[in-house]
Amino acid sequence: MSPILSVRNLSRSFGAIKAVDDVSFDLAKGELLALIGPNGAGKSTCFNMLMGQLKPSSGTVQLLGKNIAGMQPRKIWRMGVGRTFQITATYASMTVVENVQMALMSFHRKLYSLTTFAHTLYRDEALSLLDTVGMVDQAERHCAVLAYGDLKRLELAVALAHDPILLLMDEPTAGMAPRERIALMQLTADILDAKGVSVLFTEHDMDVVFSHAHRIMVLNRGQLIANGSVDEIRNNPQVQEVYLGGGTLFNAVQEDAHA
Amino acid sequence: MGLFIAQILTGLANAGALFMVASGLSLIFGVTRVVNFAHGSFYMLGAYVGYSLMQVLPGMVGFWGAILLAGIIVGLIGVIVEICVLRPVYSAPELFQLVATFGVILVIQDLVLMIWGPQDLLGPRAPGLKGVIRIMGEPVPQYDIALIVITPFVAFALWYLITKTRVGTLVRAATQDREMVSALGVNQAWLFTGVFFLGCALAGLGGALQLPKGGADLLMDFTILGSVFVVVVIGGMGSLPGAYLAAVIISVLNVFGVTYAPQSTLVLMFVVMVVVLMFRPFGLLGKEEVAGEHGQVGEPERPIKPAGNRIRLLVAAGLVILGLLPLYSGNFAVVLVTDILIFCLFAASLHFMLGQGGLVSFGHAAFFGGGAYAAALFVTYADTPMELALVLAPICAGLAAIIIGWVCLRSTGVYFAMLTLAFGQLLWSLAFQWGDVTGGDDGLVNIWPSDWASDNSVYYYIAFFLCTGGILLLRQAAHAPFGYAMRAARDSARQAEAMGINTKRVQLVAFTFAGIMAGLAGGLFVFSKGSIFPNELETARSFDALIVVFLGGVKTLSGGWVGAAFFEGIKDYLTRFEYWRLALGLSIIIVVILGPEGIVGSLRKAGERFGLLKVPEDAK
Amino acid sequence: MLEVKGVNSFYGKAHVLNDMNFDVSAGTVVALLGRNGAGKTTTMKSIMQMVRPRSGSVIYKGQDITNWPSHKVARNGLGYVPEERRIFTQLTVLENLEVGRQPPRDGCTTWTDQMVFDLFPNLAERRNNRGKALSGGEQQMLTIARTLMGNPSFILLDEPSEGIAPVIVEQMARVILQLKSEGLTVLLSEQNLHFAQAVADGVVIIEHGTQKFVGTLAELQAQPDIRDQYLSV
Repeated sequence: MSPILSVRNLSRSFGAIKAVDDVSFDLAKGELLALIGPNGAGKSTCFNMLMGQLKPSSGTVQLLGKNIAGMQPRKIWRMGVGRTFQITATYASMTVVENVQMALMSFHRKLYSLTTFAHTLYRDEALSLLDTVGMVDQAERHCAVLAYGDLKRLELAVALAHDPILLLMDEPTAGMAPRERIALMQLTADILDAKGVSVLFTEHDMDVVFSHAHRIMVLNRGQLIANGSVDEIRNNPQVQEVYLGGGTLFNAVQEDAHA
Repeated sequence: MGLFIAQILTGLANAGALFMVASGLSLIFGVTRVVNFAHGSFYMLGAYVGYSLMQVLPGMVGFWGAILLAGIIVGLIGVIVEICVLRPVYSAPELFQLVATFGVILVIQDLVLMIWGPQDLLGPRAPGLKGVIRIMGEPVPQYDIALIVITPFVAFALWYLITKTRVGTLVRAATQDREMVSALGVNQAWLFTGVFFLGCALAGLGGALQLPKGGADLLMDFTILGSVFVVVVIGGMGSLPGAYLAAVIISVLNVFGVTYAPQSTLVLMFVVMVVVLMFRPFGLLGKEEVAGEHGQVGEPERPIKPAGNRIRLLVAAGLVILGLLPLYSGNFAVVLVTDILIFCLFAASLHFMLGQGGLVSFGHAAFFGGGAYAAALFVTYADTPMELALVLAPICAGLAAIIIGWVCLRSTGVYFAMLTLAFGQLLWSLAFQWGDVTGGDDGLVNIWPSDWASDNSVYYYIAFFLCTGGILLLRQAAHAPFGYAMRAARDSARQAEAMGINTKRVQLVAFTFAGIMAGLAGGLFVFSKGSIFPNELETARSFDALIVVFLGGVKTLSGGWVGAAFFEGIKDYLTRFEYWRLALGLSIIIVVILGPEGIVGSLRKAGERFGLLKVPEDAK
Repeated sequence: MLEVKGVNSFYGKAHVLNDMNFDVSAGTVVALLGRNGAGKTTTMKSIMQMVRPRSGSVIYKGQDITNWPSHKVARNGLGYVPEERRIFTQLTVLENLEVGRQPPRDGCTTWTDQMVFDLFPNLAERRNNRGKALSGGEQQMLTIARTLMGNPSFILLDEPSEGIAPVIVEQMARVILQLKSEGLTVLLSEQNLHFAQAVADGVVIIEHGTQKFVGTLAELQAQPDIRDQYLSV
């Protein structure tokens, strides 16, 4: 089967620095692919190019065979790519359900309407999306007072509003407690199964990555240094050196603790 | 050739004062994140204080001593302002700070009027530099040469202070993260005060230095402000070399403009600005400002809901009472309420884009006055009947809004505010300088309604239907998907873009919509007064609207027209006092500090406290 | 050395810290554990007086520092290392250090540029680079280095392991242990129990702004129920 997303020779330089250097990979339908690497390795740059915030210096990004490299974020969204942000981005002056309705209004191209009352539009669809992420009981709450974990779930509902084929998640669990992290990724994995969405995400929490990713790619100094299954990555000496570390310090302590 | 060089030298000399005011503004903005709209006032103070000092201090030493002393005194006045006005509002949203500094403008205006009187003062000439020197046969004042020498020296000293000293390093660090600087053991409160002193002293110095060239008058605060904003925008906010470069460009351009295109000097400046912004949105040497990195503080705005039946009934009752006005009251009240209604629509249009879209415009009078002038010009030159002119006014204002909005919306936050102000000044200067067409200072007169509408009561009904209709339409728009899209673009542009919303386009449509409504108000205004003068395009007029919106309550839906009704209602009474600006300025400052919810917000709060209104669950 | 006594802090109307009581003895490392939003950062900011406690007091070396301006607290020997790597990105590494520099203090190490570069060799090569050119891990090092330049006797480290690569996390742990060996007292906040276990002597667990456990690491290990309840790994 042909891949959902196919990235070829993607590069981006800032001055003399090659932030992303000749990166190529594929993402299959229904796959949960993690992109990891040290800070400054080029993950954000790579992500921003996929989402249209940044134009690549060279290379192509094909979504279902169409090149989307250099397109504006909103055009990429229209082609079926949803995203969540590392630092949550929601509309603080609206209610939870209105945040989702906003995405639906945009999807149905109703933004310039002056005659209807917005809060009645696509309400049922929005509520059912909130139901998928377990937020329906908070639908009428003011977005500005939500707990952090709930904001993350709201963002997920918003990203799913236009039935995307691909979801890009930038550090989805950053700033969450360990238990919440696992819960959020489990939720993502369930939705992915149910809707057949593919996911590409960056993440620093290796517990999350190792327990949920189907496949892992490691970026270092702008280059893809490894791409493989969880076990392959875990045992890859190069990855251990630049990113994972020997784990000696912690392992020793943990073993003491368990002893 | 000689003339050419002489003109360049004059431009360089003029750049001195402009650079000092601009660099002071830039410096203060860099650290405190406050665009000090009162900076022109400190410049004016510098001129007046310098003038008085020069009267007392004799000779060459006295002259230069007076300039230096004027700088220090103005700096100290700045310190008082910083401590009393700005410290309490540093953590408030941008708009509140801007409004507070505007209060300072009013206060200083009246204080200067009180102390020095209304007449323009002619600056004394510099002792020992009264003559001219000849360069290739052309006379160049010696004082100009002195200014040309002094300015780079000041610029270099500033640059050295900021980039090479520990204090400068701390200042640059505070520019980015004040809280962190404080946590590292630096007394940031005094750092701020120090920077404010320096910035104001520079403005004062600029004002005093230009005395021999320009003297002192009560309008110089706003006159310089427009140019300073242009300089800062062209040079790049926060860049000292940028400020110098831009000040030189603008000043030289002005000198040539006076010679070769005397009617378009002011316009020229804006053309340069627009061109620069097209290619470098953050100015020649500026860097991208990450606006609102640590977010707006204060209580977040609550979700809005369409009015319930009780409120609708109340509004309907109010409309009926207003609609029957000519039946039960005299001519005076009818005319007064006509004025109030027009001003309400103007304020509501600004409030719409400001409140829903977060677009803080400081030049909204461009569309009010623009609509008024458009109607007046059509009547004067094309004998257009009132009915058609009232249609053409909003259309012309809308077209202007599309163009101005397209340029201004390339930038955000304070840049946007400054650009709108600058464009407001541009339209004003067009009306003012292009006397052949617009009548200049004499304005356009004899713009009366059609015969059938010439009765005050009939015209009242025209204004009543158009204004209340406009205000209701704006309100409906806030509840419609379009209003939601505006708030989405305001709350989180990156999320909005990531969900397919073309935020710039939404904002441009909102800007245009607001411009159309302001243009309609302007059209109604001109026929109710029968005339139009350039002062309807002034920055002061834009500020009027901004202030009533603010005092009415920014984070409410009705703050705009409520504030407008209230202030237009009491204006007549207020302006009878000689120093009403002082009183208004002080009350604005007090409101900013003590009651930033405004009239409607305070009423809502009171209503909730006494159980008249339901408190939303999440606001408890 | 540091006593937090009955501290209550609010953000507006929200009660964020509820009667916090704990001590940190000189020369120890205490970890403040709890999930995001539990009140760890607020506890730190309340100690630094960046958030003013509404009641209670903070005693440092026998002196009540409650309601002092935070720059005075910092000059008194408390160094705060914020989360989110709040370095001055427009300034060079050296300039960042300059901002943190304070006069020498009795009984504390007087740090020089060279000494912090010895501690963080990566920063040495990048001394003239602007903060924004640094990687996340280097930025995290710079926040610590910058605070050390103030010659503190006590440092507050807010989430030193959040959002950085595992290799750097290990380096951070080593640095903390080294600072401890040089006589510094450390209060750090963490979500990562492994990290805390590697460096801490004492533990304070908070949840919803209330402290649930205060004791040594060994005491916590002896009560697995508490550990599992609040620190699910």
